[in-house]
Amino acid sequence: MAGAAKISVKVIDVVEVNELVKRFKFERTDGGLMPTFSGGAHTVVEMNDQGTRRLNPYSLMSSPTDRSAYTISVRRDDEGRGGSLYLHNHVKPGMEMTISNPVNLFSLDLRARKHIFFAGGIGITPFLSQIKQLSAANNGHFELHYAVRTASLGSYADELLEHFPNNVDVYHDDKDQQIPLDKLLEGQPLGTHIYVCGPKGMINWILSGARKAGWPEQALHYEEFLAPEPGKAFDVELAVTGKTIHVKEQQSLLEAIEAAGVDAPYLCRGGACGMCETQVIRSEGDFIHNDHWLTDEEHASGEKIMPCVSRFDGKSLVLDR
Amino acid sequence: MGIEFNKETYRGDYTFTNSPTAIKRFPFPFDKDSYMYAVNMEPHTPVREGSVYYNSFDVDEHYVSEMADRAMVLDEDPLRCQSLPHMELAGWDLLELIMAAKAKDYPDLFKLTCDGDKWHWVNKPLGIDETFTFMDASTLPYGPMEYITRQTQGDFCLLDQREENLWMDAGMITTQADWSLDFDIGMNFFEWHAPVPLAHEKGIFIRALKFLLNIQQGAPARRLNWTMTVNPLLDTSPENYHKWGIQKTTLTPENVGSKQYLRVELQSFFRLPRSNGMVFPIRCYLIKLEDLVTYPKWARRFHRVIRDLPVELATYKGFIDNRPMILDYLAQFDDGAETSPGVWPED
Ligand code: HEM
Ligand code: FES
Repeated sequence: MAGAAKISVKVIDVVEVNELVKRFKFERTDGGLMPTFSGGAHTVVEMNDQGTRRLNPYSLMSSPTDRSAYTISVRRDDEGRGGSLYLHNHVKPGMEMTISNPVNLFSLDLRARKHIFFAGGIGITPFLSQIKQLSAANNGHFELHYAVRTASLGSYADELLEHFPNNVDVYHDDKDQQIPLDKLLEGQPLGTHIYVCGPKGMINWILSGARKAGWPEQALHYEEFLAPEPGKAFDVELAVTGKTIHVKEQQSLLEAIEAAGVDAPYLCRGGACGMCETQVIRSEGDFIHNDHWLTDEEHASGEKIMPCVSRFDGKSLVLDR
Repeated sequence: MGIEFNKETYRGDYTFTNSPTAIKRFPFPFDKDSYMYAVNMEPHTPVREGSVYYNSFDVDEHYVSEMADRAMVLDEDPLRCQSLPHMELAGWDLLELIMAAKAKDYPDLFKLTCDGDKWHWVNKPLGIDETFTFMDASTLPYGPMEYITRQTQGDFCLLDQREENLWMDAGMITTQADWSLDFDIGMNFFEWHAPVPLAHEKGIFIRALKFLLNIQQGAPARRLNWTMTVNPLLDTSPENYHKWGIQKTTLTPENVGSKQYLRVELQSFFRLPRSNGMVFPIRCYLIKLEDLVTYPKWARRFHRVIRDLPVELATYKGFIDNRPMILDYLAQFDDGAETSPGVWPED
């Protein structure tokens, strides 16, 4: 079986956090306890969206030690492939769904003396569980810098400010407030680690600022869930199983492989974990690589593709599946 | 279930023995007539009731004596158990994992009752009845990793995961095949594997690490490794090489069947939930050649594997000098007949 172990759950609560974000709470259908997890972990939510199977990762935001239920927050993405639209429009309390066991690709460095979190928009969610983990273990030396578009779109900003007035700063784009990055990067104690989750531009800005200021690479952590890019449809030949498949516009290559009944490995479905790495046997055309896993040289070689996020545009593509 | 625990020693008079049941369930590691390093990992899911692959943490007839041997090793050398400060959380993860698994798999031997963070643990074979506060190390006689691994067969490496690598930042290592925790502590996956021949060139470690980094909660994996040991010694550490290394020279054609042991490690990999670290249990099973050859399939196959093993591997595993003598002994059980696929003795 490819991917993380599954859990059957029931939706027990759907709450509108603001005009873009909804929060979903899941309990196990068998009444048992959820697995413990570590702050920063995500779960992959399976959806059957009018016949199209979707598997989207969402950060767990509840306390890692609360095993009664899991909660996630989902931002509606009107342009994306529709997993978030499905959750927003179709998922109601009482529904049964399947989610994966927790997976963590963004965990705390437990050696750190201090943690500085940078969140942009919905990128706040992994930090919610990390902050709960740190404050429960009471080695909670952290700062959170949270950039939001407007006060009303700042999910959970009020709660955070109320609980951790000395640790949390919120910055409003509409009031031209900016994270004072240079100042924050200065004079931090040795053993401080930086974590960023948010839009790509923000991640790059913070990481390059930190690198310029001489921060060591192992103290920098980031998570960017790439929503798989919708693109043009294309055909692929699977050499091992002898199948030819059609990848639809609103479908990832991995999803099309699975829909053809081929059990392909995967984990993160976000181009980060490396699990779905697939050998290219032949190709005539251009690869659209969207992953974080392969090196630039591997991208250029045309010998490998990460089907969870990457696509192809051209005459023919033959994969080792 | 009713396991009867042997009273036996792994040193001095070496009274260690395997019962017929233990021989039959021995984890023979060769599924074909030759051996080479490979990325030989599979899901750690139950296979064949009664086999060593059936429970998360196998408990067998050697349990009580093996724990007594561990206690002796630790008395002489406390550095066999080490944990860097950031690994305590992983230690609690491990304690919970083992207690929950053993209580579920062996309800007649172990019992765990949790009332919030007030935990009550009963280990009948070792006569332990402990009440403690989960996540409060001051309520246990040892740190959480040491506490539970003094009660669990096999060595344990606790690995921290960061920078796309695994780091050996804690462990309980008293039954190892000639490597040292005190030397390896703080090293990463490639550093501690540096002495292994051939496998690096084959890209085995790069792929194995990618696989390990992706191991998920609730989906453990396992693999087997093996070597050869003269006398049923659990502690073949570099620290004590002066004690056991010379025993290799005591092998004679007359005693090779009873003194030469095949040593198999059942290694497993579990993701730890709170720390996002990983535990790597290395469970050691020993069988003397005399017992191994009681199954004709194993006897034939083992002869062929040892005969054709590359020199580099026989050297690394430390039996190159004794290989001719071992082969002379094994050859008498190999009539050249075909062996059936798979590891099971009677299939
Ligand atoms: C994180 C888990 C692992 C730990 C802690 C670990 C640790 C070790 C250690 C300490 C040694 C002895 C090296 C020496 O001579 O000093 C060793 C040997 C070795 N390891 Fe690992 N290992 C791990 C996972 C793996 C995996 C997944 C593979 C997969 C292919 C592997 C393959 C080997 C091989 C082939 C040897 C040589 C063994 C022999 O021939 O006796 N290891 N390992
Ligand atoms: S599934 Fe993780 S990189 Fe594709």
